[in-house]
Formats: sequence, C-alpha cells, structure tokens
Amino acid sequence: MENQKKQYQQKYEEKYKKYKPSPPLIKNALWAFFVGGIICIIGQFVQNIFIEQGMTIKEAGGPTAVVMVFISAFLTGIGVYDEIGQRAGAGSIVPITGFANSIVAPAMEFKREGYVFGIGAKMFVIAGPVLVYGMVTAFIIGLIYWLRI
Amino acid sequence: MEVQGYIFAFLIGGAICVVGQLLMDLTPLTPAHILVLFVVGGAILSGLGLYQPLVNIAGAGATIPLPGFGHSLVTGTIEDINKMGFVGIFSGALRATASGVMAAVVFGFLAAVIFNPKG
Repeated sequence: MENQKKQYQQKYEEKYKKYKPSPPLIKNALWAFFVGGIICIIGQFVQNIFIEQGMTIKEAGGPTAVVMVFISAFLTGIGVYDEIGQRAGAGSIVPITGFANSIVAPAMEFKREGYVFGIGAKMFVIAGPVLVYGMVTAFIIGLIYWLRI
Repeated sequence: MEVQGYIFAFLIGGAICVVGQLLMDLTPLTPAHILVLFVVGGAILSGLGLYQPLVNIAGAGATIPLPGFGHSLVTGTIEDINKMGFVGIFSGALRATASGVMAAVVFGFLAAVIFNPKG
C-alpha cells in the first residue's frame, strides 16, 4: 500500500515535470531589459543635470551614484524596490541601485539582531563579496599595469 | 544629440541587464554571484581597454550597471599609478568609487534604522 502510493507519487511527479513550463525566458528578459534600461535613463538624466552645473562627465559620476543610491535606499525602505524586483529580476539587480538594495534590504531584515551584528554586519552579506572581488581584481590589474609601464 | 544619448543609455543598459537575467534563468548562479561576476567582468574589460568605448557610446547605460563599478575601480587605479607610481595601486580604486560606496553604506544604515521590513 505504502509502496504503491510512493510509486504513484513518483509517476505523478514525472508527469508533472514534463508539463511544468520552463522559466519564461523571453518575458523575464524583456522585463529586465526595460526596467534596467529605464534605470539607466534616470541615471543619464541625473548625470546630465550635474554636467549642466558645470561638471565634467567624470566629475559627475560620483554625485550621480550618490543620487541613484539614495533613491534606491529610499525605495527599498518603503518596500517598493523589492516589488519592482519581483518582476524586473536582473533589471533591478544589475544597476548600481541593485547594489544599494543589496545593502539596505539585509540591513533592515536583520535589524532585530542588533546594531552591530545585525545592521552593521549583515549589510555586507552581498555587497561584501562584490567589494572584495572587485578590489582584488583592480589590484591585480593595477599590478600588471604598473609592471608594464 | 541629447535624445540619442538617452536611447543608447537605455539600449546598452538594458542589454547588460538581459545578460544578467539570462545567467539567472539558465545557470544556477544566484544574484550575488552575478553581481560579483559583473564587477569582476567590468574590471577585466576595463583593464583590456574594452569598457571605456562602451562608456563613450552609452554614458550612464554603461556606468550605472555593476560592470561600470568594476570599470571605475580599474580606471581609478590606473590614474593613480600614472600620478604616483606603485602606491597608486592601493589608492585609486577606492578613491574613484568613494561616493558610491560611502552613499550606499550611509543611506543603507539610515534606511535600516528608519524603516522596518514588511510583514
């Protein structure tokens, strides 16, 4: 009896697997494209405002990042950014606003574990590895560049 | 010219995000893996001189996505090496990305103190 039930379950699962839709690749890609693209347009708009104030493109990069990070932190705080993310996937993860979200979201989530081990430590759960590998890569490239000049 | 700039920012920025989405859907990589991969990838492309042309075309479409962060790390490092030699290896990356990192930590901290998670 028990065995039969298991067998049936297995059969059912196999059947289910066959009909289970593969992840909606194209739909997900379109969402990522549009949301990611729109975030970049907002970034371009902010950057252009700073350039109009007389900054060079390079100088405008820093303040643009600050504004984008602020917007993202605020939207994450009020819970809007994660709602966008459910649809947009990588479109909301890959821009710098996603980097900011990856800091704010766990910091909020783990606030109950305290200000040091909660907010302070958990805010780098995802951003930490990004900084570590980014900096190590930059160091290696810098070293190679220095050896060659 | 201005409108063209926005169109390229949209197209290239969107395309970079599509690459991330395909990696998420087709490989077992998590978002955290993809962020690491994109920063390292952007840094390497920048080191090879391949990312700056993209920035010239797409503007924020190339600097706002995470590979642009890797690009800033490397261009900052190379600038400082040109200016002060070996010690520049240790100063350039963080100097160039200071605003973004500082803002993320400070605003992240403030948001976590002020807001509570839903549910």
